[in-house]
Amino acid sequence: MIRFKVNGKEKTFDGDPDMPLLWYLRDVAQLTGTKFGCGMALCGACTVHQNGAAIRSCTTPMKEVGGAEITTIEGIEPMHPVQTAWMEIRVPQCGYCQTGQIMQAIALLKDNKDPSDQDIDTAMSGNLCRCGTYQRIRAAIHQAAKHQAAKETA
Amino acid sequence: MKLIENVSRPVSRRGFLHGALAGGVFVLSARFIPEPLWAAEGEAAAPFEPSLWMSIAPDGIVTIVAHRSEMGCGSRTALPLVVADELDADWSKVKLEQAIGDPKYGEQDTDGSHSVRSSFDLMRQVGATGRVMLIGAAAAQLGVSPKDCTTEPHFVVHRASGRKLGYGEVAAAAAKLPVPKKEDVPLKPRSEWRYIGKESNSLFDLPEIVTGKAIFGMDATMPGMVYASVEHPPVLGQKIKSYDDKAALKVPGVQKTLTIETFKPPHVFQPLGGVAVIADNTYAAFQGRKSLKIEWDSSPHSVYNSAPFRKTLETTSRQPGKVVRNVGDVDSIFAKGGKTIEAEYYAPHLAHVSMEPPVAVAEYRDGKVLAWAPTQNPQAVQETIAGVLGIKKEDVTCHVTLLGGGFGRKSKPDQVAEAAVLSKQLGKPVKVVWSREDDIRFDFFHSVAAMYMKAAIGPDGKPTAWLQRTVYPPINSTFDASATYALDEMGLGWNNLPFDIANHRAENGPADYHVRIGWLRSVANIYHAFAIHSFADELAHNANKDPVQYLLDLIGSPRIVALDLKGDEAEEAKNYPLDTARLRRVVEIAAEKSGWGKRPMSKGRGMGIAAHRSFLTYVATVVEVEVDSKGQVHIPNVWTAVDAGTIVSPDNIRNQFEGAAVFGTSLALFGEITATNGVIDQSNFHNFQLARMNRAPRHVDVQIVKSEAPPAGVGEPGVPPFAPALYNAVFAATGKRVRELPLSKTKLV
Repeated sequence: MIRFKVNGKEKTFDGDPDMPLLWYLRDVAQLTGTKFGCGMALCGACTVHQNGAAIRSCTTPMKEVGGAEITTIEGIEPMHPVQTAWMEIRVPQCGYCQTGQIMQAIALLKDNKDPSDQDIDTAMSGNLCRCGTYQRIRAAIHQAAKHQAAKETA
Repeated sequence: MKLIENVSRPVSRRGFLHGALAGGVFVLSARFIPEPLWAAEGEAAAPFEPSLWMSIAPDGIVTIVAHRSEMGCGSRTALPLVVADELDADWSKVKLEQAIGDPKYGEQDTDGSHSVRSSFDLMRQVGATGRVMLIGAAAAQLGVSPKDCTTEPHFVVHRASGRKLGYGEVAAAAAKLPVPKKEDVPLKPRSEWRYIGKESNSLFDLPEIVTGKAIFGMDATMPGMVYASVEHPPVLGQKIKSYDDKAALKVPGVQKTLTIETFKPPHVFQPLGGVAVIADNTYAAFQGRKSLKIEWDSSPHSVYNSAPFRKTLETTSRQPGKVVRNVGDVDSIFAKGGKTIEAEYYAPHLAHVSMEPPVAVAEYRDGKVLAWAPTQNPQAVQETIAGVLGIKKEDVTCHVTLLGGGFGRKSKPDQVAEAAVLSKQLGKPVKVVWSREDDIRFDFFHSVAAMYMKAAIGPDGKPTAWLQRTVYPPINSTFDASATYALDEMGLGWNNLPFDIANHRAENGPADYHVRIGWLRSVANIYHAFAIHSFADELAHNANKDPVQYLLDLIGSPRIVALDLKGDEAEEAKNYPLDTARLRRVVEIAAEKSGWGKRPMSKGRGMGIAAHRSFLTYVATVVEVEVDSKGQVHIPNVWTAVDAGTIVSPDNIRNQFEGAAVFGTSLALFGEITATNGVIDQSNFHNFQLARMNRAPRHVDVQIVKSEAPPAGVGEPGVPPFAPALYNAVFAATGKRVRELPLSKTKLV
């Protein structure tokens, strides 16, 4: 029996311990905001937080989440400054990868309050967007950093 | 077997455009009368049947039907915005209802960059008709003449007294009025548009997308459903000889295996066939497949090897083909024996790889099918499932979710048919999920192409004759297994060269298919524009001319280009003539914005230009590259100028063209699908790479030309000029002329 938390709620799992967290979240917990894109940690659509750090849930087996606090997009209190910036910059086209992008960006801004373009490139290049919204993602992260700073000084 | 009727193809989809408009208008007027247009207060208990395009509830909420799919291009938002504008509705009081697949909406295939173009007039008329009826009802209630009334968002206002009534208050009365004739319905002058063309427009689904609440096909569920993953034949057309599922059935969560019959040619959108693993969840279904042992029979397509196939295409491209456009006499000019330049270009297959792989959930029950799918074309879902299961298409109900990208792949609903076939065998709803490997290996691929170009050069460096020949397996092979020519696709940048050259001939040579060929964002324009605009740049440098000035000289004076078009293309050209003034303008704007000729270029830096009209939109793109000491290409800047006629949402259009530059980067730098003995060599993002943030253009500037011309396409036209502009920039930076896609195959240093 694996015990862990998802979005603050206690959970247990006694299925296949090799099942990736992604499929637990999507098919078992019905939290579908986390997306399937590649299954090989190559695209970032499945990004969630494990104890606050961004991870790829598609290659994280359930046996590795014991005792962990998992946060999915559903566990982010809207509107988070990153989500606000995403709305203002009107980042999404199809939107499918964007929850993964947002989770990655939130993790970045937690560690780095004012990332440079280079920092953003480094943190975000594991997240693919086939629609090609990278320019707006970069702008939105800068904007979110400003929102976050304003919130913290308020 | 005629499996599919009325399913889109590159050419026939234009045919539907007219039918859809005519049919749409007819349906609108026919259905406005017998059905309640608006829900009346007293009828609240009665089953509410919204009319075809919109309804207004007593609380004033306007529900507008979105009959096009949303795959990221903005169609689902744009068309209802047009209705709301003419209705003079308050957008914050508008809800959208996504249409199921039904011919009563006319054609619903969200492709060809034509959603706004095909439905703009109809949507305006729908909204304006509603506004006239609301004014009529309000005027009667106020005891004034409708002529003395106007509207402000969501209210009818009596001009003289300032008295007003909300749309919800008069909706029930308005519903009882006769539907006015088209000539009695004034459309707003452009100056009064509130939403069309405005910066404030944003995607309707934006809040749901950023909070993870948006429902894509991957997120659709049905009560009691099981999950399925299908092991497809590795080579197109193979059938199962035998299979052993003992090990698969031991995988935790696997329930059983089922087979899907391999299609009978032509494949159209039928399932590929194979063995399906049915399981409690997606992971178990994926795992079960790994333990299947399947023996496949032979297929004629196992001869497919990309390297020799390329040679075959190139050999064909050096032979005369079918003439698709002829001006003057190129042969007599070439025969004179003056200076000529020849060049050959090559572009490989590409896969769509929308971030959401193909997925669908369907239930077969009592001879009927209910499906939820991320489809660009719900009517194709109906037709495909009806054909495969031998039921009536009216008995297939297809709901459309949001699409996690489409790019043309999701016009083809083979995975939805798989779900329906499996559900019929199982007696319960089935969700079919394709892995990324399935998506890449079993795509409807963008075609592989070889182009041969030859020009005779006059004393001024300009071509006096220009021959161009294109050879590639046609999309039509998906619908007709004997098809070898792509004559239906010549409108995609081949029979409409906008250059002022006295002698010009365009040809198409034959090619066999060995994988499923389909349309990918901007389709044949990708390789056609690559060949034409690489060649134009080669001629410019050969003549020692500035590429922008040379391009403008090639385009020539402002004029309507005489084209030899037939059928639907000729019909379309009446409203959308090929106007070189518009093409020149986008070239001039892109060049000016880029600082062409004025920007200091350090070593390893260069700029290139290309201008291409596709989907009736004029686009010029300047790309700046920096080639580093390792030969890696960086793209600091892209400048694009766009004339798409009348537009609905400018910020969305900028987003489309920013994205097109990234899409173009992916195919120009990395994209290549190859086959070995009929089996696709690539499988996931490690060996079919896309541009990531660190390789994408750093900055894309999009200039939209103000225009009152009829609306044209915006989803696709940004793609074609990108690769040639990039390659021309690489030449400027390095002196290396590369004539094949992608660039990663060529060492630059």
